[in-house]
Amino acid sequence: MRGIISAAGHVPHHRLRLERITETLGGVPARGTRAVASHDEDATTMAVAAARLALAAARAGDEVGLVAPSVVTFASATPPYLDKTNATAIHAALRLPRDVRAVDAGGAPRSAMGALLSALEGDRATLLTAADVRTGPPGGPDERETGDAGAAILVGSDGDGDVLAEVLGTSSLSEEFLDRYRPEGAAHTIRWEERFGETRYVPLAVEAFATALKDASLAADGVDRLIVTGLHARAVDKAAVKLAAGRDILVDDRTRAIGNSGTPHPLLLLADVLETATPDQTIALVVLADGADVLLLRTTDAISRWQPTPTITGQIAAGDDRLPYARFLTWRGNIVPELPRRPAPARASAPASSRNVDWKFGLTASRDRSTGALHLPPARVSWDGGAVDDMEPVPMADVKATIRTFTVDHLAWSPSPPTVFAVLDFDGGGRYACALTDCDAGRVKIGDRVELVFRKVGEADGVINYFWKARPLPLSSVPTDVDGVMHREG
Amino acid sequence: MGSHGIKDQVAIIGMGCTPFREHFDKSADDLLVDAVTETWRDAGVTPQDIDAYWLGTAQSGMSGITLAAPLQLDGKPVTRVENYCSSGSEALRQAAYAVACGAYDMAMAVGVEKVKDSGYQGLNAFPIPNDGTARTLTAAAMFSLVAPAYAEKYGVDPDELRRVLAMIAVKNHANGARNPLAQFRREVDVDTVCNAAAVAGQLGIYDCAGVADGAAAAIVVRAEDAHRYTDKPVLIKALSFVAGSGRGLVDPDYDFTHFPECSAAAADAYAQAGITDPRAELALAEVHDCFTPTELVLMEDLGFAERGTAWRDVQKGTFAFDGELPVNPDGGLKAFGHPVGASGLRMHYEVFRQLQGRAEDRQLATTATRSKGLVHNLGGYPGEMVSFVSILGTEPG
Repeated sequence: MRGIISAAGHVPHHRLRLERITETLGGVPARGTRAVASHDEDATTMAVAAARLALAAARAGDEVGLVAPSVVTFASATPPYLDKTNATAIHAALRLPRDVRAVDAGGAPRSAMGALLSALEGDRATLLTAADVRTGPPGGPDERETGDAGAAILVGSDGDGDVLAEVLGTSSLSEEFLDRYRPEGAAHTIRWEERFGETRYVPLAVEAFATALKDASLAADGVDRLIVTGLHARAVDKAAVKLAAGRDILVDDRTRAIGNSGTPHPLLLLADVLETATPDQTIALVVLADGADVLLLRTTDAISRWQPTPTITGQIAAGDDRLPYARFLTWRGNIVPELPRRPAPARASAPASSRNVDWKFGLTASRDRSTGALHLPPARVSWDGGAVDDMEPVPMADVKATIRTFTVDHLAWSPSPPTVFAVLDFDGGGRYACALTDCDAGRVKIGDRVELVFRKVGEADGVINYFWKARPLPLSSVPTDVDGVMHREG
Repeated sequence: MGSHGIKDQVAIIGMGCTPFREHFDKSADDLLVDAVTETWRDAGVTPQDIDAYWLGTAQSGMSGITLAAPLQLDGKPVTRVENYCSSGSEALRQAAYAVACGAYDMAMAVGVEKVKDSGYQGLNAFPIPNDGTARTLTAAAMFSLVAPAYAEKYGVDPDELRRVLAMIAVKNHANGARNPLAQFRREVDVDTVCNAAAVAGQLGIYDCAGVADGAAAAIVVRAEDAHRYTDKPVLIKALSFVAGSGRGLVDPDYDFTHFPECSAAAADAYAQAGITDPRAELALAEVHDCFTPTELVLMEDLGFAERGTAWRDVQKGTFAFDGELPVNPDGGLKAFGHPVGASGLRMHYEVFRQLQGRAEDRQLATTATRSKGLVHNLGGYPGEMVSFVSILGTEPG
């Protein structure tokens, strides 16, 4: 059986209420909110966040110890780097073995669905990741209709893990026409007037859906949950009505809450549906992007034993919608603010980053074998007793921590001052001091619980500086068993 | 094996110090010429008399040529040293040891920093290529971690501690107001300090050292030669230095309420100088008050107060100009200003002048009965710092 082994979405912490836009720019207020990637998130970090959740959910029920992909792909219409693979940073942050192939999949929204279908048709355990940081010119439709998110799907066969949903059928139609496009170097996407795209997409959806049903030997009423998505909202709505054919099977496409995240959106919606699915349900995923792609799946018994945490529903509910529009514009580069009168950080050194890749990307510390003392960053000489070169690597990214003390730095250079900085004590030992993110500087307290997240700490001379930060956990979080984490990570 | 020190073997015979200011009209070269020529005059020596030079600067120049070129020192050994904010003290330590071991008859220690040409606020470290994972916090933020930790550990009400910290700034501003060389010569009150613009954590702008340009220098000779140059030589009784291992940043037992590097350096210095009760024996102490919580904690690390009690001594005025043990009577880093590489020698300049009885209308009452003074100079941050302590005195033994 081949299908989906795990899936998860990453919805950023921040929301922009759409009426904030018209409060500033005028015009008719729109309702709803859109998800906003923080200033320290990009498509790569959001893909990492989703992939960590997907792998953790897959491994939670894994007695043997490791559900591991042999291929990692990254699809984005907003890749942080061009002419350099972004998936290798994701691969490093997930601490995957060197023989796992990490590749990027194109720069258009269709690439995520294309990669998913290819992976399902192949025979290797594949972790598909996708993420976009989307916006448009201030006041325009792309700004209010899109959103930022990441998603990850782990595809494989029985030997790779428990298959939650098996493939019943697929179909793809391709067609060259201009609906939305962004020439190289342009800041924003250009949209053709929407009636034209509608006349192309709706028939494509109908035809591809019928073909997929035939491929799966399914009747139209055999579908229990129908996902129709694509960046052409009007065409999606029209197609959805036609395909649902009056049945109450349409899935909320989440655009009212978080906006349309583009490339990751089909994967995000699939993960969202799987989170609430029960065994033996048929799910149809219809994606309208430069053609139409359809995937038909049927859930298995394993779905009842699988649950990513937090869920997409949970992340949407936890959103913070107090983001001012000016800060949103600043984060997306539409406003260039006066920064603290401090030197900007120098670019990260390529050789130093490469030497320290397990630390910088994987947050792997070292532990003194004789005394157990943890070293963040890893060290050769122990602070506890001075043993030399007697250390073992210890991955810390999944270990929770407690804030021992903290400060708010109004003067330090930051793309979004102030910098909140905390001294952390990890559950089971280990001290590290790092920046906090997704937090309210006025509400941080000594004793607060935090988790570690992979973020963009800065950028200089075109070098994106990825590293880890901490962010507050909900109050209910309890200390993790550090040894349990170690065993699971091998 | 042991730290034996060079008690009473080396004496300072002359010192100089420029005003610490935003010297937009002076270069590092100008400041060096001002401080060095003043020091030559103070000791009554010529450039030809000096056999070797040590220059402390954090980032205002590289190599001994930084000093040799502006002073046109011809054929002399000049060594540039750097040890964060204690670079000036490090220069003195090297010069004193060179004389003590007999390598040279007369050596000069110089410290300089030209901070205000950068155009940035605060102090900035020269970036060394790295993997991008290092902290980019300001020093203010790192030291601001101390106040809440201290309040919690010793059960001090945070608002009361806030006012205690303000009293330290008020004291140092009052001292600076009396000192013509100091950067800030205006007194402030507790409310002004407490209500100032936030910099980091609880700390506002008045909790931070002044950022200034400046230079200072000292000339040392063997103690037995000192009276050839001055009637009032000041003996070096102890020099200690500790470079921290950074353990506080990785060891969960470190609680940010003390600086182990400083207490270790103090213990070594007291052993060298034979001091057992610093609070009673010292006429004054110049300490590294880069931020107000730093001075608070140093009172305990240097043994002037028991752990958890220095805040009460601050309230009682123990460390005021006319207090039991005057601390930073020249205004300290807070009001005198902090040109990184010059600060250590500026601290020695104040102790030197006070012990010589040359402080004029700022002469401390304590110097009538006590003959020793202490300099404490640190660099770095809580958890990861270097610390220097010296003891100077006018009486042998």
